Amino acid sequence: MSVEAPEIIPIPEPEEESIAAAARRKLSSPWASGLVILITILWTIPTFGLLVTSLRPKDQAQSSGWWTAFTDPVFTLTNYAEVLTGGATIPGGITPYFFNSFAIALPAAIFPLVIATMAAYALAWIPFKGATTIFFFIFALQVIPLQMSLLPLLQMFNLGWSIGPIPIFPDLNQAGSNQSIFYGTYVPLWIAHTMFALPLAIFLLHNFVRQLPRELFEAARVDGASHFLIFRKLVLPLTVPAIASFAIFQFLWVWNDLLVALTFAGGTPDVAPITAYLANIKGTYGAQLHLITAGAFIAIVVPLIVFFSLQRFFVRGLLAGSVKG
Amino acid sequence: MEELTAGLTKVGTGVAAVAIVLGLLLLIFFIGARAKGRLQTPMAIVVFLGPAILLLAYGLIVPAFRTTAGSFQDAGGNDWVGLANYGWIFTAPGNSTFLINTVLWLIIAPVLSTALGLTLALLLDRMRRESISKSLIFMPMAISFVGAGIIWGLIYEYRDPSKQQVGLLSQVVMWLGIEDPPNWILWQPFNNFLLMIIMIWIQVGFAMVVLSAAIKAIPSDVVEAAELDGATGYRLFSKVTIPMIRGTLIVVLTTIMIAVLKIFDIVRTMTNGNFGTQVVANEMYAQAFVAFDVGRGSALAVVLFLAVIPLIVYNVVQLRKERTIR
Repeated sequence: MSVEAPEIIPIPEPEEESIAAAARRKLSSPWASGLVILITILWTIPTFGLLVTSLRPKDQAQSSGWWTAFTDPVFTLTNYAEVLTGGATIPGGITPYFFNSFAIALPAAIFPLVIATMAAYALAWIPFKGATTIFFFIFALQVIPLQMSLLPLLQMFNLGWSIGPIPIFPDLNQAGSNQSIFYGTYVPLWIAHTMFALPLAIFLLHNFVRQLPRELFEAARVDGASHFLIFRKLVLPLTVPAIASFAIFQFLWVWNDLLVALTFAGGTPDVAPITAYLANIKGTYGAQLHLITAGAFIAIVVPLIVFFSLQRFFVRGLLAGSVKG
Repeated sequence: MEELTAGLTKVGTGVAAVAIVLGLLLLIFFIGARAKGRLQTPMAIVVFLGPAILLLAYGLIVPAFRTTAGSFQDAGGNDWVGLANYGWIFTAPGNSTFLINTVLWLIIAPVLSTALGLTLALLLDRMRRESISKSLIFMPMAISFVGAGIIWGLIYEYRDPSKQQVGLLSQVVMWLGIEDPPNWILWQPFNNFLLMIIMIWIQVGFAMVVLSAAIKAIPSDVVEAAELDGATGYRLFSKVTIPMIRGTLIVVLTTIMIAVLKIFDIVRTMTNGNFGTQVVANEMYAQAFVAFDVGRGSALAVVLFLAVIPLIVYNVVQLRKERTIR
């Protein structure tokens, strides 16, 4: 292949005497440290305020600032209990949506990566005419924003597509009702997220798969291994680090998504994720600060755990995937 | 307890779906591997590439054409109306709000995020222990726009000045001696900037991490040569550091611009586009899924598409240039 796929952003090897080290040696400045610490505090306060507010009793949370909690400390977990299980204010609670988010994000993080790895292997290591063109075409698809796809896709799931009399996607409406068999299931969400993730995932994994040593594949082919065997026994195991980085990134992306969720899930507790629920109660119960903050913290705690425990992978995925459209 | 069981069932559904899809793929692999002789390669191509091509065709390629076609049709998608929807976008009274706001977002948020990110990257380089600060400033990147909207909604919360304050911003302003802070979210046109601050809060960490990596990747001999020539401090920064990371700077800037162009969640969560804060992406959602005007919604999506193209092309050109330099 003659395509020189651009690496997204160079990930540096730590150097002995980089500009960083040189600067540190010469200019290690208390001013710089002070400024960074100040910005760090500024950047952390908003999230910290959310956490503190979510732990204060209803009356305090609604009538005084969270910073007063340090002079007059009253903390409680009742907000969390109420948000999780529901109550007079928010019937049903957040729990169903929390689990929906998992049920949406796990498959939606795995499907595109498996399919993209397969496509990346085919484009990189099965020699055939047009591979280069197809790769470039898929790469170019990144320019299509999500917004271009929403309406037609929704129409496809609900009504099917046909060109004249030739159906290209079946009408999945159940007989006698006006609802698609997909209605109230995660299927449209899984499919939509998978579709939208593919151009970037194929592009990045292609770059990775292409760099695997050629001798490996040649030796396996000489031994008579089929492409399927090579893929399962060689490509998949060797690609795991790359897949893991992008899977984490894609998981967070899906978990935090609102637009796709609102379009394909509606707001029902059956399938809607936690972001859709939060956006909803922010509008309806915005004054119930103690509940909104507890709900928001429940929603962000999963990405935060993923972020802090897997930060290395996350940074790698981000540096590679910074052009996600 | 009941809820937990129901919840675990849901997660189980997800896991089962993964198992089923992977199982199906294994089965197809098994069948595909039975192809012999000249069929081997075509079979492999179809099996490996087929699913991706099908999903892309149904998910992006056909929809792009349908949306483009829809943008020339009326609200119900029944009749062709020519350029009427585009005419509406750019000439209808009131629409200038979301057009101007989007342009403001597109300039202010990316420039400030990148500038602050660069400053932090440079400052962090001079610190001995950088990891905790870096993690904390980077953290908002993991938080959803909806979550960020709620976090900042708390900061912008308004209370009558005679009462105890709940929002941190009002309180700080009052501590500074301004006795009558405005109701921030309704405070036109400055409320737009308050929403942009949320985006900047999220994106600075991204800019910082990427730029910090680029600065660390500057070859040491370049720096040493410059230092031998007597370049220090600001001169080293402006004559060596900035030119060396110029490509990455542009990539960061355009990447944030692309994200800003499609900003939807923040505006929807904070104001739903009211109080003079509407932007193109949220107007698109409102037209397509609230007003059910397919024509206008599609036309707005096409406008976003056309605006994104030059950014991405420029982005990619920069990346390729950067690669050939290295």
